Amino acid sequence: MACVVVPVTQAVVTTLIRKAVKSKEEKAKAQKIGIETNNKIPFSKKLGWLNNMLWGGSALLIFEHIWHGEIIPWYPFLTGASNPAEVSTIFTEMATAGVLMSAIVTAVWGAIVLATNAMEKKELKADPAAN
Amino acid sequence: MTLLTTLFAAIICTIIWYKNAPSDKMKVGVLSLIYWGAALMWLADAIIEYISVKADYFTPAPAELLNDLYLGLYVVALGLVIWLIYLLIKDPKGFIKGLFHKEE
Repeated sequence: MACVVVPVTQAVVTTLIRKAVKSKEEKAKAQKIGIETNNKIPFSKKLGWLNNMLWGGSALLIFEHIWHGEIIPWYPFLTGASNPAEVSTIFTEMATAGVLMSAIVTAVWGAIVLATNAMEKKELKADPAAN
Repeated sequence: MTLLTTLFAAIICTIIWYKNAPSDKMKVGVLSLIYWGAALMWLADAIIEYISVKADYFTPAPAELLNDLYLGLYVVALGLVIWLIYLLIKDPKGFIKGLFHKEE
């Protein structure tokens, strides 16, 4: 019902973090221009993968909730929220399904980032001149 | 069935993305991440449902199965629409930007 609130909140936070990281990377790049030649994937790009998964997944999940009549386009937006007895169900769902959704997406992204980092290290060892 | 439909969409998009890599002019990578995100979220939903209904999860009623398949197809279409909007906004080929420049 309201499980999608958790990944959407995470997507907002990670989007803000990505913006901050990207501006830091651009500043660092401008200072080291002409010196750094390594072809590592910037962390902001890696964060972009997580953002795409979170925003895209949440959008499709919101559609599924609309399909099942759990989200409505008028206040209070969640059909369960109109009934005070169901409010606790909303929070329970956010704490179980919502948190699990965010955790699985983040874990998969983490695994992808770890694998990419390992590949970059391997590449660097094979061709130290690239750095 | 929605999970399965989205999962297949994610796998197909990933194969297309890898086939064209390192070039990603059509931003198929973004589309595959959209589907992967949705598939993983439905996987979480499936885990929660499996915990509560156990093996019954794998034997849904035909009407429920059909509705879920129908929803899955809509979800795939919506993913494509989101990707198309993203593609037109980003305009990696510069075609739309070029159109405006020509008019100036």
